[in-house]
Amino acid sequence: MIPLSGDLGDTKGVIKENIGSFGTTRGTSTLKRGFAHMLKNGVVMDVTTVEQAQIAEDAGAVAVMVLDKLPSDVRKAGGVARTASIRIIQEIMDSVTIPVMAKCRIGHVYEAMVLQETNVDMIDESEVLTPADENHHIWKWDFTSPFVNGARNLGEALRRIEEGAAMIRTKGEPGTGNVAEAVIHIKNVNTELRRIKSIYDAGDEQDLISVARELKVSYSVVEETASLGRLPVVNFAAGGISTPADAAYLMTLGCDGVFVGSGIFKADDAKERAQAIVLATTFWEDPDKVKEAQKMIDERQSMLGLDTKNLELRMQERGSTA
Amino acid sequence: MSGINIGVLAVQGDVVENIMATKMAIEELGLDGIVTEVKTPEQISDLDGLIIPGGESTVIGTLSLVNGSLKKIKEKIASGMPVFGICAGMIMLSKKAKDRVVGEMDQPLLDFLDVKIERNTFGRQKDSFESEISMDKIGIKKFQGVFIRAPSILEAGKDVEILSKFNEKIIAVKQGNIIGTAFHPELTGDLSLHKYFVNLIKAKH
Repeated sequence: MIPLSGDLGDTKGVIKENIGSFGTTRGTSTLKRGFAHMLKNGVVMDVTTVEQAQIAEDAGAVAVMVLDKLPSDVRKAGGVARTASIRIIQEIMDSVTIPVMAKCRIGHVYEAMVLQETNVDMIDESEVLTPADENHHIWKWDFTSPFVNGARNLGEALRRIEEGAAMIRTKGEPGTGNVAEAVIHIKNVNTELRRIKSIYDAGDEQDLISVARELKVSYSVVEETASLGRLPVVNFAAGGISTPADAAYLMTLGCDGVFVGSGIFKADDAKERAQAIVLATTFWEDPDKVKEAQKMIDERQSMLGLDTKNLELRMQERGSTA
Repeated sequence: MSGINIGVLAVQGDVVENIMATKMAIEELGLDGIVTEVKTPEQISDLDGLIIPGGESTVIGTLSLVNGSLKKIKEKIASGMPVFGICAGMIMLSKKAKDRVVGEMDQPLLDFLDVKIERNTFGRQKDSFESEISMDKIGIKKFQGVFIRAPSILEAGKDVEILSKFNEKIIAVKQGNIIGTAFHPELTGDLSLHKYFVNLIKAKH
């Protein structure tokens, strides 16, 4: 079972107040991580309009992520990519019952505060947007709203968790329609998790401390993760997922769910594809059901996609050294 | 008599947490039983009790309709199988649900619990909260309520027993062998509610 307690206890994001005769607490680690637990085995879909958000909800999306442009269009447009228009986020919040997430730039504390005030259910500090601070991510313990962060390896994931991320998504290469990078990164994380679990099981504290130094993260986070043999927060896969089989494959690698970006609404059969990807994510253990899901889509209508070897912009590298 | 067989509906949401909590509850009660993830009608048909966990009710409803689980769950509840619905699970069990902002919804429901539910009644995630509540009627004096984008019950029929209220809002109910809570006991480490449910199944077994 994934633990729900964070390291820091009562931080700035934790708010105590009375409602009637009841004392209440908001913004606790249990509530933030617990929110992510409720998304497990689900599909979070990138959307840019109310219409897309409703298609996503009807298809069985567990949440929507609001962007100004889909990642593949961000890639094409170039320039600076910022958080989505607040008015569109609000319109979408008023038209669907599932959680609504939105992205802010890496390190952009005030974009995140604006999103928190807008009352989005989760903030994604995302490499799809142009980073505002390559050296410092947001200190997420200061927020009452939960955050999700991207990671390509265990060190990145644990540093983000230490900063207060309530959920991790293993990064692929966004906006490419190519799942290859997501696969590599999940396998990287899994390999590293197996390594530290074996160190933990051998009772070698000295080696575990050197892991903490190597990953640039505190010993307690490494120890907790090593004892669990998995990330201490919910972990979704993201980046380049375009088909039901893509989603099902990532689920077999131990992800708790998937984010789908351009893959759905950049395809010509978005509605069927949205439903098909949800089916494949839910019933991933049953190849026959995944086949049925795959049959719902037409490969000729998939987004063309990009070879990730020759990209000018590698979004996944943004903020990864911090 | 063989041990009890409890399932946690594993379509979407916090399944593992409920499996752990139920296993521990069985163990602490010194009973014989198994707890498994269930997804298919075949798996559901063997159960003595079912937990429908938290998650998104629209997703759990839509997908359990697709593979026929919803129909099987209905049959089982109609034949008296105890069921415990948590947050989204309680919404699933209800006869009527609407969203606080969006209003009336056309979502698949099990249509048993005679209540009218308001989804996201306390607001969005930022308004999610923890608070100490009580369920005196079933002997639970103190319980840490973890409310995550939680629903509440606006109206309850005459056969529905109200187990708990938070600031005048109904947050836990019982109707025959059906229990529903707006909050998440599986996230607290407190097993008292899961134990209560296991005892309900045992009494029926």
